[in-house]
This record gives sequence, structure tokens and C-alpha cells, in this order.
Amino acid sequence: MSTTIAASPSRTESPATGARAPLIIQTSALSKIYESGVNRVHALRGVDLAVQEGEMIAVMGASGSGKSTLMNILGCLDVPTTGSFRLDGEPVEGLDVNALADLRNRKLGFVFQGFNLLARTSALDNVELPLLYDRSGRWKNSRQAAEAALRRVGLGDRMHHLPNELSGGQQQRVAIARAIVTRPRLLLADEPTGNLDSRTSVEIMALFQELNDEGITILLVTHEHDIADYARRILEVRDGRIIRDQPVADRHLAVDDLAALNAEAAAEAPELTVSA
Amino acid sequence: MKTTTLVRVASESIRKNTMRTLLTMLGIVIGVGAVIIMVAIGQGATSRIEEQVNALGTNMIVVTPGAAQRGGVSGGAQSFNRLTLDDAEKLKRESTLLSAVSPVIFTMSQIIGGSGNWRARVWGVSLDFQQIRDWPMETGEFFADADVRAMRKVAILGKTVADNLFAGTDPVGQQVQIRNVPFTVVGVLSKKGQTSTGNDQDDIVLVPYTTAQTRLAGFSFIGQILAATSSPDDIVAAQSEMKAIMRESHRLGDADDDFTIKNQNELAEAASGTAEVMSYLLAAIASVSLVVGGIGIMNIMLVSVTERTREIGIRMAIGARGSDVLTQFLVESVVISMAGGIVGVLVGTLGAFIVGQVTGWTTKTSPEAVAVAVLFSGAVGVFFGFYPARKAAALRPIQALRYE
Repeated sequence: MSTTIAASPSRTESPATGARAPLIIQTSALSKIYESGVNRVHALRGVDLAVQEGEMIAVMGASGSGKSTLMNILGCLDVPTTGSFRLDGEPVEGLDVNALADLRNRKLGFVFQGFNLLARTSALDNVELPLLYDRSGRWKNSRQAAEAALRRVGLGDRMHHLPNELSGGQQQRVAIARAIVTRPRLLLADEPTGNLDSRTSVEIMALFQELNDEGITILLVTHEHDIADYARRILEVRDGRIIRDQPVADRHLAVDDLAALNAEAAAEAPELTVSA
Repeated sequence: MKTTTLVRVASESIRKNTMRTLLTMLGIVIGVGAVIIMVAIGQGATSRIEEQVNALGTNMIVVTPGAAQRGGVSGGAQSFNRLTLDDAEKLKRESTLLSAVSPVIFTMSQIIGGSGNWRARVWGVSLDFQQIRDWPMETGEFFADADVRAMRKVAILGKTVADNLFAGTDPVGQQVQIRNVPFTVVGVLSKKGQTSTGNDQDDIVLVPYTTAQTRLAGFSFIGQILAATSSPDDIVAAQSEMKAIMRESHRLGDADDDFTIKNQNELAEAASGTAEVMSYLLAAIASVSLVVGGIGIMNIMLVSVTERTREIGIRMAIGARGSDVLTQFLVESVVISMAGGIVGVLVGTLGAFIVGQVTGWTTKTSPEAVAVAVLFSGAVGVFFGFYPARKAAALRPIQALRYE
């Protein structure tokens, strides 16, 4: 894994900046109204968003800002009240629940804050799961594909471990393997580092950056600015509108930060031996 | 999802909750086991009754007074007990197919003799009776035609009566008093045992019907006419012949029959029909426990759906359709109930065998009952698993994912 990370700093220029990259997400005047009794809650008020292939976007916003609703709609888990949404060129509005399920399976990968792995189910079985729900017949050997995905996230030696035998970071890697095993067009991550310590967070962000460099489009929700700075573009949502949409001026590279952390640890180590 | 994958997923989640699954399965095991044991007992009883009716005698035809039909107009007092010795004699004289005919005059009496007294049935019969009932002697002789014609006071004792009055000694040649009339014992019948309804067939005294009529009963009506053909093939023809003779004898004209003629098979059917009703009843009662077991499955599946709401959300997020989730839970409940059904068949078969050994009843486990029990347990799984499964499938992915 470390070799690929070492290679990534050379590719600082975003592949998304190419003018002709296809649009993965295209929404216009997206709005969502929740009606509970007499109350009408406008969770989204006209969101226009275009995301090109290869982008890595951080969505920020306070709770109640509408960013969860936006993520749910972009993740085809919910449908907008009005407005249009095209995912990878396919119109999503008007699809029934089965078509939405198939769309999620073919084009999307999800990573959650709480990992959301199936308990008492091995890492390999967890990663294989999306392939079992595939209806297009793309996967001839789901077992091999799952093994390859686990190796890709650096867990080739943990395939048969159960989630409770893995650390938080490892569990999130399994979740990422499960998200990428179907080769999705878009990876959606909902606060993927929210349950992790800072060092593990940086490791996970390094993995995301690597995957993005390989061409996967990533959209992640986060509260933390230093996590958002690993993205290429930041959206800020407030009161159901996008109030800020700009590229990251000083993009951080998680590999560099990891190297710095390692250096710190190495500097502290002699002190530890002295005190011991 | 492929079927093999479905079954694998279902068995995995069953394995993850071993204790709970086993307890749920136990309900079905008990239900299916109870059904199989009850059906085995019922069918055993049916076949035993059939055997016993057949043991009554071969090719036997029974004429009883009164019409077979129930309801309609009651015949009143005169039509009751309208069988006479003339009927029996006419049958014997005119029938071409009957090889034996015997009237039966039923009475009951205290019998005094030997070492004590005993109350028993006293039947007045002709000497054809022995052939009709296919009933060999243990000692002595059956009475002769001359005894009947001369109305001699001779008696034949059933085994039970002989044992009670003349324990240890040979009754042949001894005297017994029936209604203060002295009779000479000329023979003892061999043991026939109990009927299916628990009647001791050996608790009986046979006397010539002529003697019974003049010395004991004092009336000329008779309870039954027994007859037999020499070949089983003649039974149906003999029955219609008998019907014609009886109608003529009773001068019925256009009136309905005032008697009923039944052959061996019809008697067997009537008797085993009762036993069949009983075995259906037993199976129905046992099915209740199967239904209770099914409710147990439904209960556990509902708990399971609630517990695994998050899992359902995850599966839906990564592309499971509602139908995938529905099938998964349905397969799970069917696997539980079918596995319970198979274990139940083993338990039931073993249980039926043990019941047979302990009680001495005949039990009969039929392959049909086993097949029905297993299929029915599968159906219980589908039926009681459907509601929880549909509940799981109807969950919305966002809410399911957010469920704590």
C-alpha cells in the first residue's frame, strides 16, 4: 500500500479539471419538502449541482442544514419533491423503489460513519454482499472480486476476520472495500472518519485520495475542516441551499501528513526509551 | 439472488442465533411429532378394527330389524323388531346362495352351576351359527340338529363363562341353571377375545333357538339373522336374493324395507369409519400444536426483523430490493419450520413406536402422513413467516439505516 501512496503526490493536478470529463451528478432546482402534520419542512430549496467524473468533494454544513437530505437523494435512498437529478447521465426522478435499488447497486458505493458492517459476518462475506444483489450478471466470480477489493484496501490478510475482531480503521477499510467492489461511478461517504481517531482518520483519507487518483468520483460529508481540506472542492450547505462552492486552495495530501505523524512518533520514541 | 445463496444467507443468520432458533424449531418439532403419533395411533386402531371385524367370520351377512335409513317417518312400535323365525326358515329354505342361516335370540340371564353363578348373554341359535362365525370348539361338541328340533335343554359355554363357573374342571356333561331351567353343558367354545369396542365375545352361552324361544325368552321375535355364503363372490348376489325373500316374507308390497342387510365389508366400513373419524379428530387436535409452533415462528421472526432493522437498511443501501429482503426472511422461516418438520418426523416415528411398545396398541406410521406433516410444516413457515418478511421488505432504507 505504501508504494502507491508514495506515487500519488506527483498527481496533484485534478483529472476533473479536464473540460470534457462526463458529469456524474447533475441536479437542477432540487427541492425536498417533508410534511409532518401541519408543518412543512423545506429540507432542500433548489439545489443546482454538477459533479464531474474524478472529482473529490467535501460537503460541509451544520446539522439540520439539509446536507443529509442532499446525500440521501444523491445516494438514491430518497427522491426529491421537485427538481431533476441525473446520475451518470441517467434520470433518477420517477424511478420506482426496485429501479432505485438496482441503480444503487450498479452505480453507487456507500461508506458510513458507523461502518455498518453485518455483525458476525466475515470481512469477505461483507464485501461480497453487494455482488450477490447484482441483477445485471456482471460478476462471474463474486468471491474473487471481493478478495481483490479487500486486498486493494490493504486487508488481504484479514479476509476471514469478523468485524469485532478488527480495529475501527480496519472495519472502515472493509466498508470501503464493500463500497468499491462493484466499481461504482460514485462513492458516497457520510462522515467516514467521525468514529475514528485522528491518525486513523488520516490513513482513511489517504485511501480515499488514492482511490480518487485512480479515477473514482468521491463525495464525502464532514464536519471537520482539516478532513474537508483533503478534498479538491468544498460545498457548504445551509438552510437547504448551497451557499459556498469552491475548489480547495491548499489541498492537503494525507500521505504527507502521515509521514509527518510518523516523524513525530519517531522523535518521541527516544524520549520514551529514556524515561523507561 | 441465487437460490443457493439465499439458503446460505438464511442458514447463516439461523446459525448466528442457535439457541433461539432451536427453541423456535422445538414448537414445530412437537407439533409435527404430535400429528405423526396421533395419526399413527388412529390408523393403527382403524386397521385393528378391520382385522377384528374380519375375524368375526367369513362371508357373513347380518339381517337386523329396522330400516337402514334414519329420519323420515318413524315406524312405530309394530315395526320394531320385525324379524321372525319364519323369516329365518324361509331364508334357509328358499335361498340358493346361502350355505348357512341362523336366527339369534338375545337374552341375558343369571347362570347358576358348578362353583357359583355368573351373569352372561344367552343366545338362541341354530347349528349353522358355528359355521357362520367360524368358531371352533375347545372341548365337547356343538349341539346337533336333533337337539334343535327336540328343543333339548343343552348349552354351549363361552370360554369366560366356563372359566368362571367351572374353574379347573371340564364343564362338559355338567348341569347349569338358566332362569331356573336345568341345561346340560355339551361343549365349550374356544377363546375369541375382545371386540374392538371392548366386548368380551367369550362371555356368552349358546342354546338351541327353539329351546330359547320356549323355555327362556317366551316370545317369537328375534334380534338378528346371521347368514353366510360358501364363497365371498356370492355375497352381493346373496344380499339381493335375501332382500327379495325378506320383502316377500314381510308382505311389504310398495312399503320401504323394515330390515337391514349388511355384509362383512359394510360392517367393517362402519366400524373403521368410526375409527377414522377418531383419527381425524386426533390429528386435528395435534395440528393445534403445529399452529402454536407456527405462531412461535412468527413471533421470533418479528423480533428478528426489529433487531435486524439496521442490517436490512445496509442490504437495501447496497442494492437489495424489497423482494430480496422478503425472500431472505421467508426462506429463513421456511428453513426453520422445515428443519423442525424433519426432526418432528423422526421424533414422531420414534414416539409412535414407543407408544406402541408401552401400551400394546397397534400404531401405523404411514408415508403419506409423514409427507403431509413435512409439507404442512413448510406451509406453516411460509404462512407465519410472510407477515414479518413483508414488514421487513416494506422498510424504507433511510429509516432502517438510522434505526438504533
